[in-house]
Amino acid sequence: MISALAGLPLAVGQVGEGFFKERNGSACVEHRSHLFCFEWAREHIGDYATPALQQLELVVISVLIGFAIAFALALLAHRFRYLEPPLLAGTGILFAIPSVAFFLLLLPITGRGRETAIIALSAYTLQIIYRNVMVGLHNVPESAKDAARGMGLTSRQLLWKVEVPLAVPEIVAGLRVAVVSTMAIATLAVFVHAGGLGEKIYGSGNLNFPTTIIIAGVIAIVMALLLDAVLLIGQHFATPWRRAAREATA
Amino acid sequence: MSQALLPHPLFAGFGGAFEFIFSRQTSNVTGGHKVGGIDQVLELALRQIEVSVVALALAMLVAIPIGLYLGHKGVGEALAIGLGNASRAVPELAAIALIAAVVGVGFWTLVIVLAVLGIPPILTNTFTGINQVDRPTIDAARGLGMSEFEILRKVEVPMAVPSVMGGIRTSSINIIATATIAPLAGVLTLGNFIINENVYGANGVLAGAIVVSIIALIFEFALAGLQRRLTSKGLRLQAQ
Repeated sequence: MISALAGLPLAVGQVGEGFFKERNGSACVEHRSHLFCFEWAREHIGDYATPALQQLELVVISVLIGFAIAFALALLAHRFRYLEPPLLAGTGILFAIPSVAFFLLLLPITGRGRETAIIALSAYTLQIIYRNVMVGLHNVPESAKDAARGMGLTSRQLLWKVEVPLAVPEIVAGLRVAVVSTMAIATLAVFVHAGGLGEKIYGSGNLNFPTTIIIAGVIAIVMALLLDAVLLIGQHFATPWRRAAREATA
Repeated sequence: MSQALLPHPLFAGFGGAFEFIFSRQTSNVTGGHKVGGIDQVLELALRQIEVSVVALALAMLVAIPIGLYLGHKGVGEALAIGLGNASRAVPELAAIALIAAVVGVGFWTLVIVLAVLGIPPILTNTFTGINQVDRPTIDAARGLGMSEFEILRKVEVPMAVPSVMGGIRTSSINIIATATIAPLAGVLTLGNFIINENVYGANGVLAGAIVVSIIALIFEFALAGLQRRLTSKGLRLQAQ
């Protein structure tokens, strides 16, 4: 299975024969004198659509899986308090493994491909989301819980109708951090042949060609900011009482 | 050896990597030239630790004083928080690759780039740690006749230790991870095994990943221990 590693798309330092031929037609590429080659960028920007969509898919799927697991773990820790420190430490250790190494360490176990990338990326989101869900649940005011109990809510109703909704701002804050940092790390998915914008950064010869690194990096950053905005808008609609409170005080 | 050491087929793939770490092997590319082995692994690992420690120290030297100043004055929140948020979106390995391609290579280029990438988490966490110390506490300190500097040193800094250390830990993880790709910037770290698969083979790639992970975890545990040592006794008792 280890032989599946052979032929990683990394050809650092040895620019392929066809590298500059593929990029000819643009004087600034041949001379390599420009930091950013607009001419080449205009011609090739279309090539970035597929990797960008692949990467977006990886990030969305990974964050969703990470959220499902982290949220379940947080609810468990909320119910059984003694689970809280070990879960925090466990997710923390996963978070401390350097991203490139994490992807590569999974190779002998899960092989190459999308699944491996998704496992590594969702493992990274666990710590961020778990910690934020816990903080959100901790911060629910005791008075709100008392009021809910006084209205006759069972502990399950209390959790889903009071505690979780009131924790939404912290949960969304965690998701925003998770989405943005996962987008950055997902450029490494290419190390396990899972595609994404990393192809355009670490792919053969690209490391000697700043234009492509810049285009791919900027697309990744812009997509991260867009997802961030989507979550912020989602939060606005998921917490109608906050708007009501603002309108009442205005 | 790998079979005896790691009997489960799921982990069989790691056997070759461990052999690579401990004993030199003949590479099929370099014409009989031997690669790997504990000497080379240690040499590259020490280089990676050296680069990471210098970069982390530099990042702390810049970020902590600025964070303390802004946090104490309560100004520059948009800068301190915004910088931290924005930096998360930057693909750090791509940034190193870009700078290596544009600026060139060398130990200090690399250290400075790593330090710059390490500044935002420390700055943000120092700022929030200092800034979140509540008003009445500071008023009480002022009432006791403390000077501004004493308030910072005796009240705000001790209360901000967990937050500041959190930032340093995040930074250290990022710096070690990014230092893996340092061979692109001309400094031979463990990433050498990972990037030059054509020389070191699949076992080398995996061996590099294993040793990098171990280094990162050692840093993480050491910094967590340091955080416990630095947190004042009163705060530790309060947390229990």
